[in-house]
Amino acid sequence: MAPKKPLEFYSEALPGVDTTELQGKLIVIEGPDAVGRTTQIVRLQEWLEHRGHAVLATGLARSALARKGIQRAKQGNTLGPITMTLFYATDFADRLENEIIPALRAGFIVLTDRYIFSLIARGVARGEDRLWLERVAGFALVPHAIYYLKADVSDLVSRVVFGRGRFDYWESGMDMRFGQDMHDSFVKYQTRIIQSLDHMAKRYHFTVIDASRGPDAIFRDLQKSISKLFPPSGLRQTRTRGAAGA
Amino acid sequence: MPYFQPNRFRGKLIVVEGIDGSGKSTQLSLLSQWLRSQGIAVSFSEWNSSPLVKETTRRGKKKAMFTPTSFSLIHATDFADRLETYIIPLLKAGAVVCADRYAYTAYARDVVRGVSRRWVRNLYRFAIRPNLSFYFKVPLDIALGRILGGRHALKYYEAGMDLGLSRNIEESFRLFQGRILEEYEMMSDEMGFHVIDATQSIEAQQRQMREIVMRELGDSLRDEVLHLPIGERNGSEEASRIL
Repeated sequence: MAPKKPLEFYSEALPGVDTTELQGKLIVIEGPDAVGRTTQIVRLQEWLEHRGHAVLATGLARSALARKGIQRAKQGNTLGPITMTLFYATDFADRLENEIIPALRAGFIVLTDRYIFSLIARGVARGEDRLWLERVAGFALVPHAIYYLKADVSDLVSRVVFGRGRFDYWESGMDMRFGQDMHDSFVKYQTRIIQSLDHMAKRYHFTVIDASRGPDAIFRDLQKSISKLFPPSGLRQTRTRGAAGA
Repeated sequence: MPYFQPNRFRGKLIVVEGIDGSGKSTQLSLLSQWLRSQGIAVSFSEWNSSPLVKETTRRGKKKAMFTPTSFSLIHATDFADRLETYIIPLLKAGAVVCADRYAYTAYARDVVRGVSRRWVRNLYRFAIRPNLSFYFKVPLDIALGRILGGRHALKYYEAGMDLGLSRNIEESFRLFQGRILEEYEMMSDEMGFHVIDATQSIEAQQRQMREIVMRELGDSLRDEVLHLPIGERNGSEEASRIL
């Protein structure tokens, strides 16, 4: 893929959107289920706001348009894989056009818990065509940074067991019955997702973060890297202000 | 047509397309009755009818939340649901599935709304390629006359009001349908439509449709698709006469 600048469209311009108006920063946290993305988003938002940045935190299936529909569809037992992919793509389009782009126009930092890459990885894991998925999601904006929290499937399993204490139907890909039970299906499904994310890492310039470590170590890596996204002078100023206010 | 997946199933897929008021639904209904009378298993699928997605479409329409892209995607989601849970299983079972509008409707409408042809054609690549696609070709004024006769109150998205073509809903509908018609005309050859002159009498159109069905699918309809057991058939006399 030809290198694209941040806040350009990947392959398809959204009708009626002028990307030259966009000012903020778009930061993506990607990674498989149970890897600890949400924890990091909460801490990053706090940290960035403390430093005087306006932050919009968003994530998959949170759109005003499609959130409820997706929830309801997942409660039934007829949601097919392509339908699911497109429902999530609808959700993403709504959030991109009605939340993310307006926030970027206003100069916000947008922190998103997953982006098109999870959508693509889930589709690929279910046997859908990667190129089809990439083109469908081609109207996404190129982020300033994509942090891929990478862990082995064994790490994920242990986090599920010690964390929530039970396997989730959808995180286990049970709609596809990848294995005989939730554990087996989780392992196979998440392995495929990790493979697919690994495959995209280079093409989409992911910054890979070793997420087999504790949350503090991950957070420090993220802080360090995100700091570089801001002009040195601007950041130092805000940092000083932040320290004075603390 | 490189756009779709080939139909590898026993069943056959017949599609009608055309602008509102072209008379395509009437013709499809007559065709399906005729096929049924021959003991053939026939199923219907209408555009924008998935129960799974309905709620979301309604919310979006009620609050005018859609952008061209999300409008296109929610209709593709609706279509995918019908394809995955209804059309494909029935084709596997050997039914003739009659679809009132198919991906071509999205090709026309969504492009008029502003998404690119390339993108929307890729979007529907998962669809099954129809065995036959009929396009009911009708001049704009005739179709508008059939629709704008009075009984029917136009709705916001139906009239393409989201495009801002005109503040008058009827005028917006005219302009919108005119543009859709242009898109249909443009894709007609490429998509291999069987073009039916929809200014003809209903009977003449139906005769032509049945001729095309027999010519293109006669063998499969006799030998391949799912039939009612002979003893349970109605109108089997007529059937043996036609086939």
